[in-house]
Amino acid sequence: MNEIMKNRMLYLIFAIILILPFVLQDVNFQHITIMFLIFAGLGEGWNIITGFTGQTSFGHAAFFGIGAYTSTIMFYKFGISPWIGMILGALFAAGISAVVSYPCFRLKGHYFAIATLAVAEIIKQLFVSWDYVEGATGISIPVKPDSFWMMQFHKSKIPYFLIAYVLFIVATLVAVAVEKNKMGYYLKAIRESHEAAEALGINTTRYKLYAMMISSAVTAVFGTLYAQYILYIDPFMVFGLDISMKIVLLTVLGGLGSVYGPIIGAAILIPLSEYTRVFLGGTGKGIDLMIYGALIVIVACFEPRGVLGLFRRTKKRGAQYAKTTA
Amino acid sequence: MMFLQVVLTGVLVGSVYSLVAVGLTLVWGLMDIINFAHGDMMMISMYTVFWLYTLLKFDPFVSLPISAGITALLGIVIYKLVIKRVVNAPGLMALLATFGLSLFIRNFAQFLWTPNYRFVGESILSGKRILIADIVIGLPQLIAALGSILMTLLIALFIKRTKTGKAIQATAQSRDIAELMGVNTEKVYAVTFALSGICVGVAGTLLSGIFPVYPEAGAMYGLLAFVIVALGGFGNIWGAFYAGILIGLTEALGGFYLGTQFKYALAFLIYLLVLQFRPKGLFGW
Repeated sequence: MNEIMKNRMLYLIFAIILILPFVLQDVNFQHITIMFLIFAGLGEGWNIITGFTGQTSFGHAAFFGIGAYTSTIMFYKFGISPWIGMILGALFAAGISAVVSYPCFRLKGHYFAIATLAVAEIIKQLFVSWDYVEGATGISIPVKPDSFWMMQFHKSKIPYFLIAYVLFIVATLVAVAVEKNKMGYYLKAIRESHEAAEALGINTTRYKLYAMMISSAVTAVFGTLYAQYILYIDPFMVFGLDISMKIVLLTVLGGLGSVYGPIIGAAILIPLSEYTRVFLGGTGKGIDLMIYGALIVIVACFEPRGVLGLFRRTKKRGAQYAKTTA
Repeated sequence: MMFLQVVLTGVLVGSVYSLVAVGLTLVWGLMDIINFAHGDMMMISMYTVFWLYTLLKFDPFVSLPISAGITALLGIVIYKLVIKRVVNAPGLMALLATFGLSLFIRNFAQFLWTPNYRFVGESILSGKRILIADIVIGLPQLIAALGSILMTLLIALFIKRTKTGKAIQATAQSRDIAELMGVNTEKVYAVTFALSGICVGVAGTLLSGIFPVYPEAGAMYGLLAFVIVALGGFGNIWGAFYAGILIGLTEALGGFYLGTQFKYALAFLIYLLVLQFRPKGLFGW
């Protein structure tokens, strides 16, 4: 707990984000802040298994979709509150991730990454042909009057923002807690050298499993929130490679393996994709995604260490400059 | 008889998968880069064939060298403009770049040519088929499969026999030592991207007579190629070839006996199952 209190920078970021939608009361802008919070939170979750542990997952959409579908099915079929669905979805995702990843953890590097991609694609195909969950048609969540318990708000986006904000903070603090704990050091040891970590007596499979379960539970929670916010889900949308890759992209862009990485990455990528969509997406000609793709390429080419790498380098240069002038 | 027909269909489809995967495995094995834009390069070759057919009345088989040349060029351009800058980048940055590239190419195609399905009408082969006992083989499919196998063979021979091929092998083993031996690794990378482009160029041309041409046409092939490459073992050309056939077979048999909606799921499942016994792919070690 002591370690968590040290991150003053993090609390400053939290405070700034909280003010944003109240200062700029534009609906569009509020939408972007909500998407930003969702994807930054997803990035924090993904970072635990890939950034800290070094096991690349291209299949986090599987857990995102499980979170979205669990709460939606429970609400749609039985009228159960999405809050309960959210908790159950997280437990489900953690359970399924444990069952699926356990055999996959024997695989190293890209072989593991492709395996996660395969798992997500299989789950997607199963949901597409599963009639009970309406298959490929998807589910429109029935509209209910505004209520916190049913997680639906139609008059204003602020309640969604506050829920996303709290969940984002929880996800970030989970990531910080994992990183600063004994477990965090184990995970980083596994990342740096699997063999060395094993030689030191770390039960690598067990800790990879823990990391995967925590990571997928966090991902599922945002799945539920996303479903309740958009009020419609289908297998292609929530299980698609697009979601998996968006999480990967923004974290890598910000800085892999750092708690700040997903926040920085999402702050760049989400407004970029949402604004290009709003201003250029209406033509249906794909100009928005074209520009989005080109900008990703440009950033990757000119700042291959991620945005956080740029900060660190400038800081180092500044320190060196201070030393030479002193 | 039905069984044989399904098996044959699977092998024919699988050989085209193989060729796409061979192109991917070359780059992956050599540079350790996952090229997400691989399937989109194939889509570009399909459009090339389509436009040559529509505007100039070129038969798809006549435009084969042109479309392969264009994708080879595209491969070199992609390498020089993008990949060169990220090849030594840490973590997954190279992946980020190729993913952006894929988005760009796909939507550029949509911008220029709309998302509509287009078809290459008549070719010298269209509609022709061979009948052996009760088994029907479409001639376009047969030629696509034979062409793919031939191309895979040529690529394998090129890598094994020529001096450039040996330079590629050396660079894959150790870039630094290859450079010490006087190999121009920059050139080797560019050549490999060109080869990879030729593979998808040929595959795209052979498929354009069978499948509709649209901006997402390469997406599923790209995704399956990832699985095939990993299934065969990274950088292993013949591994990718056999894995491609295996995936084609799985898809055809699974699609026939369990329903077409499960065919891709089964292909991915085969990967997970095989990797339980061969954690580095069928032919990896």
